[in-house]
Parts: sequence; C-alpha cells; structure tokens
Amino acid sequence: VHRARAGRILALSLRPHSRDRTLKAVSFEYARAASLAEACALLATHGDSAKLIAGGQSLVPMMAMRLVRPAFLVDINEIGALKFVKIEKDVVRIGACTRQCVVEHDDALAARVPLLRQALGWVGHVQTRNRGTVGGSLAHADPSAELPLAAQVLGAKIVLRSAKGTRTLDSGNFFTGPMSTAMRPVECLEEIHWPIWGEKPCGSAFTEISIRHGDFAMAAAAAQVAIGADGRCTRAAFGLGGAAGMPLAFPKIAARLVGTKLEDKAIEDAAGDAAKECDPGSDLHATKAYRRHLAGVLAGRALREARDRAKAVR
Amino acid sequence: VSETLYAVAIEVNGKRCEARVPARLSLVDWLRDELRLTGTHVGCEHGICGACSVMLDGEPVRSCLMYTAQANGHRITTVEGLAKPDGSMSALQDAFCETHGLQCGYCTPGMLIAAQGLLNSNPNPTEEQIRDAIGGNLCRCTGYQQIVEAVELAARRLREAK
Repeated sequence: VHRARAGRILALSLRPHSRDRTLKAVSFEYARAASLAEACALLATHGDSAKLIAGGQSLVPMMAMRLVRPAFLVDINEIGALKFVKIEKDVVRIGACTRQCVVEHDDALAARVPLLRQALGWVGHVQTRNRGTVGGSLAHADPSAELPLAAQVLGAKIVLRSAKGTRTLDSGNFFTGPMSTAMRPVECLEEIHWPIWGEKPCGSAFTEISIRHGDFAMAAAAAQVAIGADGRCTRAAFGLGGAAGMPLAFPKIAARLVGTKLEDKAIEDAAGDAAKECDPGSDLHATKAYRRHLAGVLAGRALREARDRAKAVR
Repeated sequence: VSETLYAVAIEVNGKRCEARVPARLSLVDWLRDELRLTGTHVGCEHGICGACSVMLDGEPVRSCLMYTAQANGHRITTVEGLAKPDGSMSALQDAFCETHGLQCGYCTPGMLIAAQGLLNSNPNPTEEQIRDAIGGNLCRCTGYQQIVEAVELAARRLREAK
C-alpha cells in the first residue's frame, strides 16, 4: 500500500505543470503606469473594476485569498516621480510610492519627524519594508497599522490625484473606517505631508503589543510632546491603533496636557480617558476589554517615553 | 478561456530570461515552475513565512507577494545564485552547514537570502541585528540559535578574508 501511495505521489509530482493549480488570484489585466498621469487615466477608464498596486504587501495576499478581485491592476511601482523624501521648512513631503525601508533609513528625516522611524520599527519585516510603501499602508488603512496611526497623531495631510486634478485631505478626513478611506476609485495617493514640530525640545515614541514582533498590533500607541523652558508641556499629541475601526488621535485630551509638567499622574489620566473613548473589537487573540486595557497602558507608556526623550534633549 | 499574456524580460541569477506570463502568476511560481529553480520554497503563499525570499535588485523581498510581470526589467537573485560561479558554496552556505543551521531545510533558502541581504549592507552585524534580519523567516525545527551562529561565523570569515 505504501509503495502504491509513494508511486502515486511521484506520478503527481512528475505531472506536467498545470498553470491552473498555481494561480491563486482571479484573472486580471495588468498595466504598468509610466507616470502618475497615465495611472490616473487608467483609473478613469476602468473605474471601480481597477485597483492600484504599490508594494502589494497587503493587496497580493488579499488577492491570493480572493478577498479582492480586481479586473484590472494598475501598477505604480515604476513611477519615479512618486518616490521622494523632500524636507521643507515646516513639513516633510514623502512620495506615495516611497519604500518603507527608504524612510526608515533616512537620518535627516528621522531628525525632523522621528515618529516615522519609530513607527516603522514595528512594521512587518525587512523583506516587507523593502517592498512596502508609505502611501500603500495609508491607502490600505488597516485599523491597527502603524503608519496610519502616525499620520493621525501628527495630523498628516494626504494629497490625492485624479485625472481631474488634486485635492488634499487631513488624515482625520482621509480614514473613514476599517480598510476604508475617502479616496475615490479614480484617485491615486500622490504624496503625504508630515508636519515638523517647531517646538523644541520635542520627543516622540511608538509602542505596541502584538503576538509576534512584526505582526499586526493588538493595540498600538504613538505620542509626541514638546516641553518649554519652564519644564511645562507646550504641545502634545497622541493616538491609539487597533482600538477602533480606524486609528484614533485625541487632540482634546492631549490639549489638557499642555501647561502641565507631564507628571505620571497627568499622563495616566489622559491615557485612561483615551482608553474610554476607544471601541476595539474582539477576536481570537484578544477580547474587547483586554484591548481597551492595553490601549490605556500603551498610551501611558508612549506619552512617558516621549516626555523622557524630550527631557533628555535639554 | 484564454488569458492575456504579458511579455517579461527578467535577469535571474545573472542570466536574462524572457517569458510570456499571465498577470496573476506570482514570481515564486514562475521561478519554480517555469525556470525550475526550485531552491526557492513556497510556504504560506501570503507573505508570512519568508521561505520564498529572493533578492530584487539586491534587496530581500518575498517572491510570493510579487507578480512576475512586476519584476519585468529587474534583477532577481535566488538561492541558486548565492553559490560561487564554480558551483561551490558561499561563505554563508558553508557556515550554515558547519553550525548545523538547518534541519529539515525548508526555511533555509529564505534564511540564506535574508542573511545574505544583511551581510551585503552590514559586514559586522550584532546578534540583535541578525535576529531582526531573519525575523521575517519562520523556522519550525526551532533552529534559530544555530542560524544566528551561522550568520555570525560567515560574517567573521568574510571580514577576515578582506
């Protein structure tokens, strides 16, 4: 019997290759756009049936599982004009198709918007950051993803282009729910503007809890604070990921920290208030109550770490 | 139903390869099934396990998360491309053998690509950096300790050879 089975397995493995067995995604048409204008024209032509592919680190698995079934794939990976990091006075502009590894290794950028490198330390692995893009992560809008949380905390602006022109959205208006954004099917994310805080000294921090490092967070927190000459907070921002249908920032709660010395008590109160505003889901890995607990703990941790970094600057 | 085929020209391990492929053919399936470069392994097929890691223009990526058409005009190095031109093992591959850095061998091609990618940019990595570099590659024989030792050994030998 064993010999017969072995023979059959051998016969199967020697069977001429059949493409149908290995093609996981549904059939689609493909075009490599040479320019942003061409990508927008293709989107305008194909409308809802088209999908943009950037790094593909989330889209390709979803297509492999046939959760996403585009009839037409517009590849923007070869558009050089979408890959740049430009440091300006108050803002760093990053092209949508800039690889995450490029942002991670840019020291000049890290000196101005340190939260980006801190967030990327939690994003996937070397192989996925080599291919994954900044714009792709935002457009994918996973509620527990790191870059969307950083965008919410810093109040990034997102520039969208269609064949008809461009429009700019605040991150708060860009994210609309789990895996959904205000982007129209005919739009392509063009660039992201990350504010540089003028206040000095300033510190930021990103932290999260996940099953394994590099997995999506069960809960994540990011914070940035500035401290004045008198030791009092002059500006604060923080937010939580994995704690609702989209990453949340808490500008009103953060504003209450301004003027305090960011004592542990003030931070714990702010973190606790933020946790109350969360609406996390339950799944196999964590209940709603546990995620809410994590959210409060992590928000406090991120704020304390940001404070300590700001203090270390002076 | 006939499916549209797309012409690609991809440099694989230094050799130019031309083909016509359906858009949905993943790079790993093309490498294995069409080029018969079966050193690259298929594990999870959705970007979790790292077994399919190859180098795209010199940087490790997951070949299950790319369509073959997307690699058009680019340079791919698979595990077969790591050996020396005469076919003998690279310093890293030798080190894996010596430290028993593999058991069943399924994760090994991905581990080698990830580790080689690290050594190319960082000839003197710390243990933490090595663990980070292979963090996206799953080994189920629990061989991580010896894999880390292999990368350390290879790094040392490559530095001494310079």
